[in-house]
Amino acid sequence: MDALLKNRRDNRNFYLLVALGLLVVAAGLAAAHYMEEYGHIVTGMNNQIVWGMPHVFAIFMIVSASGVLNVASIGSVFGQTPYKARAPLAGLLSIALLAGGLTVLMLDLGRPERVIVAATHFNLKSVFAWNVFLYSGLFAFVGIYLWTLMERRMNPWSKPAGLVVFAWRIILTTGTGMIFAFLVARQAYGTALLPPMFIVMSFAWGLAVFLIVQAAMYGWNEIELHPAILKRLKNLLGLFVISVIYLVTAYHMTNLYFARQSAFEHFILVAGGIYPMLFWGGYLFVGSLLPLFLIYFPGMGGSRHVLAASILVILGSFSLLYVFIVGGQAFPLSIFPGYEVTSSFGDGQIGQYAPSLPEILLGMGGLGVAFLITTIGVRALNFLPRDVAD
Amino acid sequence: MKRIQAIFLALVLLASGAAFADVTVPHLDIGKGGHCVNDPKFMKLNHGDLLKHQRTITVHQGVRGRYSLEKCVNCHASRVNNSVLGTDRNFCQGCHVYAAVKIDCFECHSSRPETVSETLTEVAK
Amino acid sequence: MSEELDRRQFLKGSAMLAGLAIAPGMLLYDLAHGRSLNEPASSAVRWGMLIDTNQCESGCDDCVKACNKENGLPGGTRPTDEQWMRKVELKDMRTGKATSLPMMCQHCEEPPCVDVCPTGASFKRADGIVLVDRHLCIGCRYCMMACPYKARSFVHEPLHDQKPDVPRGKGTVESCTLCVQRIDRGENTTACAEACSKAGHKAILFGNLNDPNSEISKRIKTVASTQIRADLGLNPGLHYEGL
Repeated sequence: MDALLKNRRDNRNFYLLVALGLLVVAAGLAAAHYMEEYGHIVTGMNNQIVWGMPHVFAIFMIVSASGVLNVASIGSVFGQTPYKARAPLAGLLSIALLAGGLTVLMLDLGRPERVIVAATHFNLKSVFAWNVFLYSGLFAFVGIYLWTLMERRMNPWSKPAGLVVFAWRIILTTGTGMIFAFLVARQAYGTALLPPMFIVMSFAWGLAVFLIVQAAMYGWNEIELHPAILKRLKNLLGLFVISVIYLVTAYHMTNLYFARQSAFEHFILVAGGIYPMLFWGGYLFVGSLLPLFLIYFPGMGGSRHVLAASILVILGSFSLLYVFIVGGQAFPLSIFPGYEVTSSFGDGQIGQYAPSLPEILLGMGGLGVAFLITTIGVRALNFLPRDVAD
Repeated sequence: MKRIQAIFLALVLLASGAAFADVTVPHLDIGKGGHCVNDPKFMKLNHGDLLKHQRTITVHQGVRGRYSLEKCVNCHASRVNNSVLGTDRNFCQGCHVYAAVKIDCFECHSSRPETVSETLTEVAK
Repeated sequence: MSEELDRRQFLKGSAMLAGLAIAPGMLLYDLAHGRSLNEPASSAVRWGMLIDTNQCESGCDDCVKACNKENGLPGGTRPTDEQWMRKVELKDMRTGKATSLPMMCQHCEEPPCVDVCPTGASFKRADGIVLVDRHLCIGCRYCMMACPYKARSFVHEPLHDQKPDVPRGKGTVESCTLCVQRIDRGENTTACAEACSKAGHKAILFGNLNDPNSEISKRIKTVASTQIRADLGLNPGLHYEGL
């Protein structure tokens, strides 16, 4: 196509995408305002299920924000050239996803106008308080890292900056896992396996997001990814998906072995309705086995297959997070082991939860924020991974 | 261009002229009034500070003797509508609406005293 | 010379002895009459309860109703309604024995809710009462996730007509305060304990666990009692008999 016409088409498409992103963000903000005005009664969350759909979206984004930096780390820290070219895009995606996730979390607060309080009063024993520093730090360090990558005279500093970012995000994702690991009384949580599980989940989901954005950018610019690099990236995704299966299996098998955990496992894996459905169908089949098939089976592994696999991995991640976060709360607390209990406050009963529209819009709004930052960022600056010919 | 500038200047002058108009300064209904924890001049300047720091002492240490929002409301609730909110003559609302400083104390705290004032002339809503 | 010194020493010594003899009595006198409004809470006191589930009747919820009345709670039971206190009906899965008991914030010595609160809004006061400073609460609900007893409630709607001595509002988390407004006034009893006593059940005994002469301390030494989920090592201030 004529270069000028292409330019005009690209401009128009860009503004359309930004308009779409702004629309989604506006819907999310409207939902947040509605929730703040009327209280959380307008959501599906209640005193039994205190964290719901917004947290599924937010934790997906925060975990992916850390994991997408893997691509950069393999480049800067471990010196693999194809990954070095992809480091800036990974850095941008990290900032975009983290911003989106934090937007959702902060707007879901019971008193969102008090984020200033959260930023000035710290209980140093609380993981959430550590997270205020870890998340702000990630923004700062990734920003500096991007500067070392994109400003030529700063390039020699990209390795130490990359090292700092690598260490920081491992600590950050460990912190995200510890949010749940520290909850001693909940049968779904309270295990030291969670920080490592969140780390490998971040690897898988972050890479999946990266592959989708990269595919979109390559499609937009009408260029193709070198097959050798595609192969490396897809195999890495496959490896990460297998690692997540490994840790999820270890988690459930350990729980199944403990007699006191068997009722909980029965609920999550067999009898809990939506939760076993999402776990086996959503996470394991659609989100893990199908992508592995698309990645490894002979005849598969092409760029379309890898794109499809990445999208399925993300669908699987939402399923797994829903089971983990909502299902983990739906199962009643074991306050009186050995007793059947009933009360007016839901003791002994499975918690009921149905995601409401404001919650879903808020979560989508966060995705919209990430989308906008990415779209505007890649249009404004040079983030397209350019591989030097072999 | 010069005409537009002239119109703009005229509008700005008109708007600023409004600032010299007679704006209603709040005349507060101080309720029962009487002997306050500090003198009015001090309270006008420092009640925000007092509230912000004293509340921490009250909540975290349980000290409730001298300073207490409940006691402020008990004395300063209007005897007309039995509250410190409701109209621009009420004790808290009057000045805060005038100064456009939003307060959220009464999202949680009661704006009415514990017992109905003896000289209540209207039924409280 | 030495005689004078001896006499002076004797006088000093006996004055000291007399003082020491009277001092504990004066201390007890103070404790018995509660602290004044201007004094901060002190760790010399640890408020707790001993709940006799043998006296607790299934179907009776006088304590819950009294709590709701004292604290201005609407008393609804929708999943989004705040319940500071609830009656729990238990049935032993192996033996079939039925028990009834009131459940509320256990006022742990090592509260998980305090550990996880990012702003420090959830805190333990010097006298053992675990509270939420709602000026600092941002409504993140992490404490609700952390509590082993499901003691906390989130306020899901804007509130009106709060009781003046129990401020509460939308978007913050709350739980049983051991009637802190009463304790600070020197009344030294909770609404639930008072109501249960008035109803004649005497299932709830409230008092100072740090005072060896209080009724609760004396009784807790003689009867078999336990703490709920004692295995978690939180050392709650609430003890239960008959479980």
